[in-house]
Amino acid sequence: MHVTERMSQGLDAPICLTWELTYGCNLACVHCLSSSGRRDPRELTTPELLTVVDELAAMQVFYVNIGGGEPTLRPDFWDLLDYCVASKVGVKFSTNGSRITAPVAARIAGTDYVDVQISIDGADAATNDAVRGDGSFAMATTAMENLADAGMKDFKVSVVVTRENAGQLDAFLALAKRYDAQLRLTRLRPSGRGADVWDRLHPTAEQQRALYHWLLERPDVLTGDSFFHLSALGEPLPGLNLCGAGRVVCLIDPVGDVYACPFVLHEQFKAGSVRDAGGFTSVWRSSELFTSLREPGSAGACASCGSYDACQGGCMAAKFFTGLPLDGPDPECVHGHGEAALLAASGAGRPLVGAGHSHAGGVRNAPVFVPLSMNRPV
Amino acid sequence: MPGYALHPQVGLREEKFGALAYHYGNRRLTFLNDEALLAAVRSASLATDIDTALAEAGVPEERRGAYRIALARLADAEVLQCT
Repeated sequence: MHVTERMSQGLDAPICLTWELTYGCNLACVHCLSSSGRRDPRELTTPELLTVVDELAAMQVFYVNIGGGEPTLRPDFWDLLDYCVASKVGVKFSTNGSRITAPVAARIAGTDYVDVQISIDGADAATNDAVRGDGSFAMATTAMENLADAGMKDFKVSVVVTRENAGQLDAFLALAKRYDAQLRLTRLRPSGRGADVWDRLHPTAEQQRALYHWLLERPDVLTGDSFFHLSALGEPLPGLNLCGAGRVVCLIDPVGDVYACPFVLHEQFKAGSVRDAGGFTSVWRSSELFTSLREPGSAGACASCGSYDACQGGCMAAKFFTGLPLDGPDPECVHGHGEAALLAASGAGRPLVGAGHSHAGGVRNAPVFVPLSMNRPV
Repeated sequence: MPGYALHPQVGLREEKFGALAYHYGNRRLTFLNDEALLAAVRSASLATDIDTALAEAGVPEERRGAYRIALARLADAEVLQCT
């Protein structure tokens, strides 16, 4: 049996675990997957966090991707990092860069077990700040400078590809190189607040094709396997090319709930909680949801398409939050089947999604989203 | 005789398909999905005698060349290091 088939039946422990530590954030990005803003009073306490780390160490989870919200806003963040390192659980954390001062950068550069990922969504301040908020580009580039000055090699510059920045891929690569960093591109999902802007921000079919060829020529650009739906265009992109939800990946949210992947923070994809008896280990190994995700799926409406083996029908979260059936085409199907399905569904099946933990009032530097392309000559 | 040992920065985790090897320094994940190769990697003899390690892992003589190449690749990927 091929290794990816084995993977789709699930592993004893996740390969790639995302752990969001807080819903608190000092930014208010328009496409936030977790609708973050305000902290939740039910967030895991410090001892509860450490218990989760103990479990991960016992399961031999090699590393966790820590995010939020802005994880560094938690006062116990750095203690947690130290505890992970001491437990031989590697950490890669995602940040907007606001807390990556020179001394913090030196501390991060000092250990192999800690990696950091700085988020930007535009190669210049105008494009970036329209999505992430005023001053957020300067915040991120200052963090990158501090990391580079501290001698940190190969940290990640993480970009969500949108209609507004899809033409800046070379500029992103140059920017990452300037700081001795690696570029990481990921897919815009209609999850969290992303549902509100997906229609306007997701790349066009033409941009997707250009992205596919750009990525094929640059296997060193990281993608977290995020664009496997593009493999239907021909030669597969590097990576496992499968939806890892509940099979090789999962998400622990700030209150300890475990979801199938970072892009499906919705009751329907909640497998359990680290606070349940048996903790994370039993959620991963025996929850009903994860067990069902590991059974062979049906190709459904995609069964007659010659590309199904390449794209596996695409991303479950993208389908779910655009109201498409899970056994049908991805909304960004490269053969256009998704667009047709979206028109047919006309949003009727879209799940209700609340504001989550979004800031209720105004945020000082919050982005007011005006697509830049509307201001530019076409 | 020189052989190989697991790189000190590598963690090895058993899975149904074989094992996963993760390098904490370069952060690369390697899949070891061949049972005999994994047995050789785990063999105590590998550090001093590759041929004995392959024999213990049940690799017939005529296939040992291919396994030597596979081990060398694992060394290139820093999953193993030369002793």
